Amino acid sequence: MASVAIGLRGINKSFGAVRANRDINLEIPQGTIHGIIGENGAGKSTLMSILYGFYQADSGEIFVDGHKASIDSPNDAIAAGIGMVHQHFMLVENFTVLENVVLGAEGSPLLNAGLARARSELQRLEEEYGLEVDPDAVVENLAVGLQQRVEILKALFRGADTLILDEPTGVLTPAEADHLFRILRKLQEEGKTIVLITHKLREIMAVTDNVSVMRQGEMVATRKTAETTVEELAELMVGRRVLLRVKKGEAKPAEFRLSVKGLTVKDSRGVPMVKDVSFDVRGGEIVGIAGVAGNGQSELIEAIAGTRSAETGEVLLAGKPVDVTGSADPAELRQRGLAHVPEDRHNVGLVLPFEENENSILGYHAQAKYLNGPFLNIEAIRDDARQKIEKYDIRPADCRLKTANFSGGNQQKIVLAREMEQDPDVLIVGQPTRGVDVGAIEFIHKRLIDMRDQGKAVLLVSVELDEIRSLSDRILVMFDGRIVGERGPDATEGELGLLMAGIEAKEAAE
Amino acid sequence: MSTPYAKLPGWADYGLIPFINLVVAFLVAGLVVLLVGESPIQAAGLLLKGAFGSAAGIGYTLYYATSFIFTGLAVAVAFHCGLFNIGGEGQAYVGGLGVALVCLTFDGIFPWWINFPLAILGAAAIGGIWAMIPGWLQAKRGSHIVITTIMFNFIAASLMVYLLVGALKPANSMAPQTRTFAEGAHLPKLDWLLEMFGASIRSTPLNLSFVLALVMAVAVWALIWRTRLGYEIRTRGFSPKAARYAGINEARIVVVTMMISGALAGMMALNPVMGDQHRLQLDFVTGAGFVGIAVALMGRSHPAGIVPAAVLFGMLYQGGAEISFVMPDISRDMIVIIQGLVILFAGALEHMFRPAVQTIIASLRPSAMRLGPAKGEGV
Repeated sequence: MASVAIGLRGINKSFGAVRANRDINLEIPQGTIHGIIGENGAGKSTLMSILYGFYQADSGEIFVDGHKASIDSPNDAIAAGIGMVHQHFMLVENFTVLENVVLGAEGSPLLNAGLARARSELQRLEEEYGLEVDPDAVVENLAVGLQQRVEILKALFRGADTLILDEPTGVLTPAEADHLFRILRKLQEEGKTIVLITHKLREIMAVTDNVSVMRQGEMVATRKTAETTVEELAELMVGRRVLLRVKKGEAKPAEFRLSVKGLTVKDSRGVPMVKDVSFDVRGGEIVGIAGVAGNGQSELIEAIAGTRSAETGEVLLAGKPVDVTGSADPAELRQRGLAHVPEDRHNVGLVLPFEENENSILGYHAQAKYLNGPFLNIEAIRDDARQKIEKYDIRPADCRLKTANFSGGNQQKIVLAREMEQDPDVLIVGQPTRGVDVGAIEFIHKRLIDMRDQGKAVLLVSVELDEIRSLSDRILVMFDGRIVGERGPDATEGELGLLMAGIEAKEAAE
Repeated sequence: MSTPYAKLPGWADYGLIPFINLVVAFLVAGLVVLLVGESPIQAAGLLLKGAFGSAAGIGYTLYYATSFIFTGLAVAVAFHCGLFNIGGEGQAYVGGLGVALVCLTFDGIFPWWINFPLAILGAAAIGGIWAMIPGWLQAKRGSHIVITTIMFNFIAASLMVYLLVGALKPANSMAPQTRTFAEGAHLPKLDWLLEMFGASIRSTPLNLSFVLALVMAVAVWALIWRTRLGYEIRTRGFSPKAARYAGINEARIVVVTMMISGALAGMMALNPVMGDQHRLQLDFVTGAGFVGIAVALMGRSHPAGIVPAAVLFGMLYQGGAEISFVMPDISRDMIVIIQGLVILFAGALEHMFRPAVQTIIASLRPSAMRLGPAKGEGV
């Protein structure tokens, strides 16, 4: 094996009393693709932020190409040949690709000289690595996959030999992800070193040479990808055996619980995001809506749940109409048996500075059992919260703890416990396992199947295809605001992937 | 990944950090005094002696504090809803109109203990309505509450001048003020309270509205943390999106919160108008509405913090007057500078010392810190 591109020795980092990284040792051989996996909060992002100079380690050493490096800022990292592609792109949306690439590396006080040099350099990079992007396109007009390419170009333009990618596929269609992996391979062939941070085991298996697993701030194992399995990696991540796919029996669809007819919804800028969408959900089935983020799924469930008003269309809840174009009120819908686990639990589903028990009544706080006249019945609320904590195994089991101090998986369980324990007829679930660790995913999936088996209608929206496929009894694929296809649970990933990319089934068959 | 700063224990969050901020503010203020050529230690001594050295001093300190408790609570209630009510000054000013109307009408008819509740209602109603308009504009039209409440301060000032030189002024009087109220509209003094501590004193302006301020502090605590309305206010304040999700009527909450906030600010008028001057004068608020912002910031929007913060500012007002009396080089404006420094360090730079304190406490007593996300406990 070639020389070591990046070496980390004894890295420690604490935030207050939380030890985010402890005694991390890691060697990344030059010219390889190295995966780093771990649950949320395992310390992956902290470690990479140390390597990229956002944070300084409390102790430990960093070696680049065998030499000890002191990286105190992203500028030091760039100088050492380390580039980073962030999960949330750091692009100026109304700049062109070229302007974004030179940003911070203009090279002269007057722009023109720098831009001309950058243009020829970009051309070279594009040819060398197959990274085609129109340098004069405005970034906000580019598809997400292309924006990511601009990020990669930015790093390469600054002379990066080692490229860190933080959860790069979260916003991509399967096809775009495949394309990204081809680019990464190409970069590897040209001698670049790639560090890929992800929590998706499949990606690790598909593209990496080596993989390191982090758990609770420690580096627990490094394996050659060819010599390990998905099951072993999952077990290393969680620390115990996990079921990656929940078992479920046959669905027994009953009466229509939720009907959506010709629904059209605009976003806050007035752009139609949901276009003439119709579907039904019956009791006793899980209907999954697959799609790449931003294709109207969010607006769709917000409109059904009454937190966003629709332009036109009808929604029937248990056969009775909901005033979705006018004054549909989430509080009223809850009374009519509709529960909603929102996609964004941090800003919508929870009030993070609240105590856990205060969040466990959010939306249901007007119910008589939680009140004494105008006053809150604190004892009843806390008792109620304690019961949910026990039933849903929320940890730590402290209903007075601030919600922000719970892990992602436990926060999600707080929301699920609140919504499911109201015994709704219809449950709308958005991204139930986003940012949730593997162990909690198993639990959440089981609960959703339980709801179905109790005869509830479940509408599931997720950008994780695996999740859609393992839970849904019927799969609807959304693209550009429309439902472009319906498939059974046995649909292949490739088939769904094409639909998600907006390629018609007919074309796909050809 | 969020930065997992651990939470501070309560005593540090609510006690230590405000204390450090205060000490730094006084140190910098001391430098200013030094620059003027006076001794900061002597000035500090005068400040404390003026504010707490005599029963009369204490009476004045608490009298000022009373006004600041009302305005501080007003700002705090709006804060909990995510609204920055800068209009306390104007709301208190028009609140005075409510007090004066009640007193002028009934002072010869009812005794004070009937007029007092009526005046409370009058002050609260007019203050509340005055704040309701910006609240409504924010909720329905999206007009920013900071801008509108500031504007309403000016409108209130002009309106009051108009009334005090016109309709409210007794004929054949030259002063822009109402007539002096009769006995029936004089609030009882609290001199007996000070005498209980062994002081025998001449009269101070401290009056019954101090007790009302303390009652309101408790009421605000109960409102915010113990009622359904308070729950909805806090939800809206932390996350408007979560409030919408929870089916909370945002427009209604914003308007109601502003009315409560304005009502509390309006009640401030009881203290000077009915408790001390016994007439409605021009500019009787004298900045108490703005001090309320500092008091609320320093008191972390919690009544248990607001009351001591109000006393602190009462001390600065009273002790500051004493300093400028003894040290001619230190004018009233210097006192304003010192107050400004306290506001700067207690409010605007509130988080300056937080990271350092966190690091120190974390290294001394790991067990005192609530751990961040409880990871790896299995699920």
